[in-house]
Amino acid sequence: MGREQWVMHGHIHQSNNEQMMLILPFLLLIGLYIFAGVSSNRRYHSWPLHRYFFWCFGALSAAGAVVGPIANQAHMDFTAHMTGHLLLGMLAPLLIAISAPVTLILRTISVKWSRRLTRVLKSCFFRVASDPVVASLLNVGGLWLLYTTELYMAMHESQVLHVLVHLHVFLAGYLFTVSMIYIDPTPHQRSFLYRAVVFIFALGGHGILSKYLYAHPPAGVPSGQAEIGSMIMYYGGDAIDIALITIFCFQWYKATRPRESSTYHPQVN
Amino acid sequence: MASENLDSQQDSITYFNRNIWSGMLFGLGFVAFVDETVFHQLLHWHHFYDKTTRSMGLISDGLFHAFSWFATISGLFMVADLRRRNAFVFKRWWGGSMFAGGAFQFYDGIIQHKIMRIHQIRYVDHVFIYDWVWNIIAVIMIIAGGLLINRTSKELRKKWEGNSG
Repeated sequence: MGREQWVMHGHIHQSNNEQMMLILPFLLLIGLYIFAGVSSNRRYHSWPLHRYFFWCFGALSAAGAVVGPIANQAHMDFTAHMTGHLLLGMLAPLLIAISAPVTLILRTISVKWSRRLTRVLKSCFFRVASDPVVASLLNVGGLWLLYTTELYMAMHESQVLHVLVHLHVFLAGYLFTVSMIYIDPTPHQRSFLYRAVVFIFALGGHGILSKYLYAHPPAGVPSGQAEIGSMIMYYGGDAIDIALITIFCFQWYKATRPRESSTYHPQVN
Repeated sequence: MASENLDSQQDSITYFNRNIWSGMLFGLGFVAFVDETVFHQLLHWHHFYDKTTRSMGLISDGLFHAFSWFATISGLFMVADLRRRNAFVFKRWWGGSMFAGGAFQFYDGIIQHKIMRIHQIRYVDHVFIYDWVWNIIAVIMIIAGGLLINRTSKELRKKWEGNSG
């Protein structure tokens, strides 16, 4: 019965009105970001152009998982589902993290509200949530739950669950990204070594799940689709992780820059 | 030379040895990378998933793959760091690369291929020939790497004795 159900959902999503409704929030977010950047330029140095691009591509790749051909196929085809999740859970969070949205918000809103927001970010809740271990468990642990339990099947039968799962995939992906690389102000910073170790285990957990799915497809997924989906997850994840690891290492490289006093510079400029 | 730019002997030993660590990270990562591109993607000798794989093998493969991915990139950033400190010693770094690359290949060849049965080198009749070549190359790399590291240690000791004498 599962298959017919998915096909039905697929038809619902193909209606044009619904497509428009679904893309609207993403366009709104892009508009808001540009507005915030331009309006805060009056008070601060001009917001860098490349951040607008990162935000726009981030919002669009998240949108790609929710609206359009990939999203419509995802209800019937596991490989499309996996491509969508790669966009929503890995690429979009990375691009959005690099676009430094929290910094932009802080410089756009009034000082009074910035202080309040900063206080919230410094709170105990965010200290726990932004710990790499917690973020990794929410991110990779969530994927294990989704693909190895009944949740995957249930997601296709309930619209509410569908939205919740996708929201979780994005938020957990974003939380994981910002717990590893620090682009925005990060009140609770962890050492590079600690983050690196957790990072490796999280990547490992992701890779193990990918290969596990090759031989153990989620309920209702034909094995041919599971095999390709598994490889998309494995290699697609690797590709995005290269970017994440490179940024991480570059931040280490900048942070461990030798201090002027400790190095002897014979040449005078 | 390297030691002139550093403020103490202790520092220069730390950075001197960091050449080995950096090389080890890069070497391990590089062997894993060659394994993935050449044997999985280009030759298609290795299989992505082999039905005989044990769950320990899946875990080991996943963690090693993640580690090697991280190691290749971070190893190269460490080279950049050593270079800006004028502390990069290529021979020592290369020794570390060979040593760890060989060690990983040996682990892959014995534990992952044979005991955990992730996949075989190639799906042919006389796979044991491939196994022997694979593991002998690994051992040669380990020995060559170890010798290189040892030689650079000796060279440094000689230089310091020369300076003090």
